[in-house]
Amino acid sequence: MRTIDKRAKVTRRNFLKSGAAVAGVTAIAGGATVTVDPNGAWAMTTQHLKPETMVTLVKMARDLYPHDRLGDAYYAKAVEAYDGKAGADATLKQLLEQGVSDLNTASQAKYAMPYAAVNEEGDRVAVLRTMETTPFFQKVRGDMVVALYNQPAVWAKFGYEGSSAEHGGYLHRGFDDIDWLKDA
Amino acid sequence: MAAKFDLNDDGVVVIVGSGAGGGTLGNELAQKGIKVVVLEAGPRVEMEEFINDEWEAFSQISWLDKRTTSGSWRVAKDFAGLPAWIVKAVGGSTIHWAGASLRFQEHEFKTRTHYGDLSGANLLDWPITLQELEPYYAKAESKMGVTGTNGIPRLPGNNNYKVLAAGAKALGYKEFHSGNMAINSRERDNRGSCQQIGFCFQGCKSGAKWSTLVAELPKGEDTGNLEVRSDAQVLKIEHDASGKVTGVLYGDKAGNVHRQKARIVAVAGNSIESPRLLLNSASSMFPDGLANSSGQVGRNYMRHTTGSVYATFEKPVHMYRGTTMAGIVRDEAKLDTSRGFAGGYELETLSLGLPFMAAFLNPGAWGRSFTSAMDGYDHMAGMWIVGEDMPQETNRITLHASEKDTFGMAIPNVHFDDHPNDVAMRNHAFRQGSTLYEAVGATRTIHTPPYPSTHNLGTNRMSANARDGVVNKNGQTHDIKNLFVSDGSQFTTGAACNPTLTIVSLAIRQADFIADQMSKREI
Repeated sequence: MRTIDKRAKVTRRNFLKSGAAVAGVTAIAGGATVTVDPNGAWAMTTQHLKPETMVTLVKMARDLYPHDRLGDAYYAKAVEAYDGKAGADATLKQLLEQGVSDLNTASQAKYAMPYAAVNEEGDRVAVLRTMETTPFFQKVRGDMVVALYNQPAVWAKFGYEGSSAEHGGYLHRGFDDIDWLKDA
Repeated sequence: MAAKFDLNDDGVVVIVGSGAGGGTLGNELAQKGIKVVVLEAGPRVEMEEFINDEWEAFSQISWLDKRTTSGSWRVAKDFAGLPAWIVKAVGGSTIHWAGASLRFQEHEFKTRTHYGDLSGANLLDWPITLQELEPYYAKAESKMGVTGTNGIPRLPGNNNYKVLAAGAKALGYKEFHSGNMAINSRERDNRGSCQQIGFCFQGCKSGAKWSTLVAELPKGEDTGNLEVRSDAQVLKIEHDASGKVTGVLYGDKAGNVHRQKARIVAVAGNSIESPRLLLNSASSMFPDGLANSSGQVGRNYMRHTTGSVYATFEKPVHMYRGTTMAGIVRDEAKLDTSRGFAGGYELETLSLGLPFMAAFLNPGAWGRSFTSAMDGYDHMAGMWIVGEDMPQETNRITLHASEKDTFGMAIPNVHFDDHPNDVAMRNHAFRQGSTLYEAVGATRTIHTPPYPSTHNLGTNRMSANARDGVVNKNGQTHDIKNLFVSDGSQFTTGAACNPTLTIVSLAIRQADFIADQMSKREI
C-alpha cells in the first residue's frame, strides 16, 4: 500500500523567521524584540512575552503532548502565536506570565529549580498535575491540542496527507489499497 | 432564474432554513408552482469554496453562535459552548452530513407499543407508519441517488471499510456493506461520481454528495418560484388576532431587521433553533411560545446514542482516505431486548483527520497515554455508533434567562442527560466495536465519547393528540394551521439510523399536503 514519507521537512533553518540566531536569550540592541534560542533546536523572536516564559511554554507544550518523533521546533511553532496575541490582549498576557511564574514556583518548591530546568519528563508532569485545574493550564492545553496538531508539517510526521481534492482525491491514490487483511 | 419576492407579498410560503427539510420542501413546493422564500441564517458558500482543512472548514461553515449547555452529558463539560456540530450556511447540515441514507424499521414508528413504558422515557408512537412513508422514502432515494437503491451500485469500500468488514465477518455479523449513501457511485443528476476525497464533513468539493445546496435549491430556483435569501436570520414569527401566522421578522448581515409577509410559515432551523424560534415568538395570545399549548416545544430533545471506537493495528490503514462514512454493520439495529436495552444501533465507519482526532479522541486528555494513541494515527480504523436514544421531557431546549444574541433574542440552552437505556446501549456498542476490531488484530482500542451533536431531533415532535406533541402527522402545528415544522425536530422518536433520509421523505410528503390544503383554500 502507498505509505507516507515521514522524514522531517521542517528544519531549524526554515523555521527561523529572521536570520542571525544567537545562542541563548539575547536582546536585540535598541528594540523590544528578543530572539529566543535556548538550545539550537528552535528559535523565535518575542516582543510581548518574556523570553523565559516562551521557553517554559515550549517545554510545557511538549510535556502536555509528548511525541518523541517531534523536535522542539514543532512545539515552538505551536506556542509562537501567543506572543502576538499577548500583545493584543493584556488579560492573556497576564494569564500566561502569571501561570508560568506559578509553574516555576511549584517546581522550585518540589525540585529547587525552575520548571524548564527539570530533566525528567515524569518529574515535570508531576508539577503539571498540581496545576491541572487552573485556568492557565486549561487555556494552554486547549490551545496546544489545536496548534500542535494543526500544522501541515506535523501531519506528514503522522502519516496524514491533508487536503486531497486538488490531487483528485484518493480514488487513484490508495483509498482501498490495504494489503494485509487476510479476509477482506 | 431565481425569483425575487417583495417583502409585502403575503402570498408566499416562508421557509426558515435551507437544509434537508427546508431546502427539500422549498424545491418541492416550487416545482408545484407555489411561491417560496427560503430564509437562511448563514451565507451562501458554493461547493468550489469548500476547504479540505478541518479547522478552516469548521470556521467557514459551522453554526458558532453562542449557545449554552447543561446536564450530565460529557459534551457539556468538553464543549460547553458547542452542543451541536451543525452548519450555518445555505444547504444547512446537508453540507456537513456524511450521506448515510437509511429507512426506519417498522417497529421504530411504534416505540411506545414495542418498548413499553420505560421509566423516565417519554415514548410515543408516531402518528404515521412505515407503510405510509414508504412511497416517500422511495421518492427521496431516487431524488438523492442513494446507492443500493434504484439500481445504483454501492460505492467501493475504502481501507477503513475493509477493516470493518473483515471484523464484522469474523464476529459472524451478516448485514454489512458499503452503505446506502447519497453519494454518486457514478454520474447521475448532472453531478459527478465520488472521487474519494475524504472531506465529506467539510463540504463535498466534487458535488458527488447530495446536498440541498447542489441539488434541491438550484432546481427550485430554476422554476422561477423560489428565492433563497441568505444571511437572513429569522428572529420572530408574527400572527394576527385570529392566531394565524402572518410573516416573520428577520435580521440581515448588516444588522437591519425586515418583515417578510407570508401565507404559510414552515420552520426548519434544526432541532435547537426551531424550538428557540417558536419560544422567542411568544406573544400575549401565546405567552408560552407559538404552537406550545402542549408545553412540548423544546422538550424530548434527542441526539442519538453515539460514541466512537478507534482501533490501532500493527500495519497501516490510512482510514482518512476516501468517504468518511464508508460502510455499515446493521446486525445490532434490530429489536432484541435480551441485550439489556430497548432499541438498536448501527456501526458505521468514521474517520477524522489528524487535527480533529486530536480534539475529539479523548477531549481534555493530555500526556503519554493520549499521545501514544495519536502516534498510531495512520494505523487506525474507526467506527461511529448511531443508536436510538430515549426521548425525555427534561432533555430540552430552553431560552437563556439573560443572554441575548446580537439582535437581542434570547440564546438557547441545551440540556441533556443520558437515559439508563442510552448508557446500556452505548456500553454494549463499545464492547462490540472493540471485539470486532480485536478479531482482525487490533493492538489497542479506544472508546471515544460522543462528539457535539450532529443528529438533533425531537424538540417539536409529531403526535396524534395535540396534548402529546407540537405537530400532526403532516408536520402542521396542532395549534396554528398555517404554521408548519419541516425538520428533524418533528421526530417522535429517533430510530437507529441517520435521520436525513426521513427528514427529506417527510418534507416531500409535507409539500403534497401543503399544496393540497392551499388548493382547497384550507390555508
